[in-house]
Amino acid sequence: MLEFVQGYYAYIFLGLLFTIGLYGMMVKHNLMKKILGMSIVQASTIMLWIVSAYKEGAGVTVLDKRIGVENPDLYLNPLPHTLMLTAIVVAVVTLGVSFALIIAIYREYKTLDEPTLLEQMK
Amino acid sequence: MSVVPITDRNDHDTAPYCLEQDMQAPADSPIVQVASRGIAPVIMLIGLYVFFHGHYSPGGGFQGGVLMAAAILLLRLSLGTGLSQAVMPTRITLRLSAIGALIFAGTGLVAIFFGGNFLNYHFLPIPWLSPEYLRYYGILLIEVGVTMTVMTTLVAIYDDLLGC
Amino acid sequence: MKALQYLLLLSFFGIYLAVIVELPPRGDVNSPMHQTVNKVGTPIAGTYFIQNAYVDAKTPNMVTVILADYRGFDTLGETIVVFAGGIACFFILNSRRRKP
Repeated sequence: MLEFVQGYYAYIFLGLLFTIGLYGMMVKHNLMKKILGMSIVQASTIMLWIVSAYKEGAGVTVLDKRIGVENPDLYLNPLPHTLMLTAIVVAVVTLGVSFALIIAIYREYKTLDEPTLLEQMK
Repeated sequence: MSVVPITDRNDHDTAPYCLEQDMQAPADSPIVQVASRGIAPVIMLIGLYVFFHGHYSPGGGFQGGVLMAAAILLLRLSLGTGLSQAVMPTRITLRLSAIGALIFAGTGLVAIFFGGNFLNYHFLPIPWLSPEYLRYYGILLIEVGVTMTVMTTLVAIYDDLLGC
Repeated sequence: MKALQYLLLLSFFGIYLAVIVELPPRGDVNSPMHQTVNKVGTPIAGTYFIQNAYVDAKTPNMVTVILADYRGFDTLGETIVVFAGGIACFFILNSRRRKP
């Protein structure tokens, strides 16, 4: 049981964080809270990838001249870190565009409450 | 403190909700103004350091670009949009962003013109470098384009969101 | 309606837990993603990049070499996405008229 918790605790906590973000996106009525839920979902996905790239007893992905590169078990796996750099930048730009859309919606309809918006759009 | 009446797309006169003078004025307290004017160049220098040392320590194009944008956004927040036009004018942010993306794609096209694949730095026309150092300087040139695009796009998004 | 939403969230978390225990434990050096060659014989990307990044580009930081040399096309696509986000913000928020 202790080995199971030690090996999987990160994945379970990040799944809980994803469910909390999904709750915010589904249940809340205000548009701003939905966007914050989306930000939580993005953060938990990125952290899940990075947490899975760990090796026991490994160092950072920068080459150390004294250790050399014959034994690749002494360096972390660099591929998930690279892919998540792209994901982080795309998340920031998506947040910026969604805030611009919210400002345009507020200027047109004077409210940010979703059932009221659906009533006014009919 | 006056408000500016604004019309929306269909020429309906919207209620005065945009307090332009408040959002774009300098901060009231002189401590905030003087401290931000002293700290912003240091943040810009740290951003340049992180960008240039992307080869030897964690860092690189995106991280350095975001730090440099943070320096300019600190000046925009504390001095107001009018006074900080001298650091980065609003009308050239999107043009610099396009030039950054052009630098990136241009390096790849230069590699095609001289006989190789797209973005293969072995074929860049610098004659006095060995193939490993051609890749080294190709990576540096690409990160210049990425940094410029990221920095100016973040400042442009802030200016659009808060320009009333 | 609310009951359906909460049931959906709980079932999502249940399916996630049922799947995540099939992964190898975190930090295991013998997991299939950290080996040198595949079961078939082709090299795996992570350890190939660790072993050949300094030889190809004389750069100690492996993440920068992967981002700009081995997977440079993805970085080009991401730069175009950032630029497109800036253009989208400009067009959403600036096309209203102002009373003189």
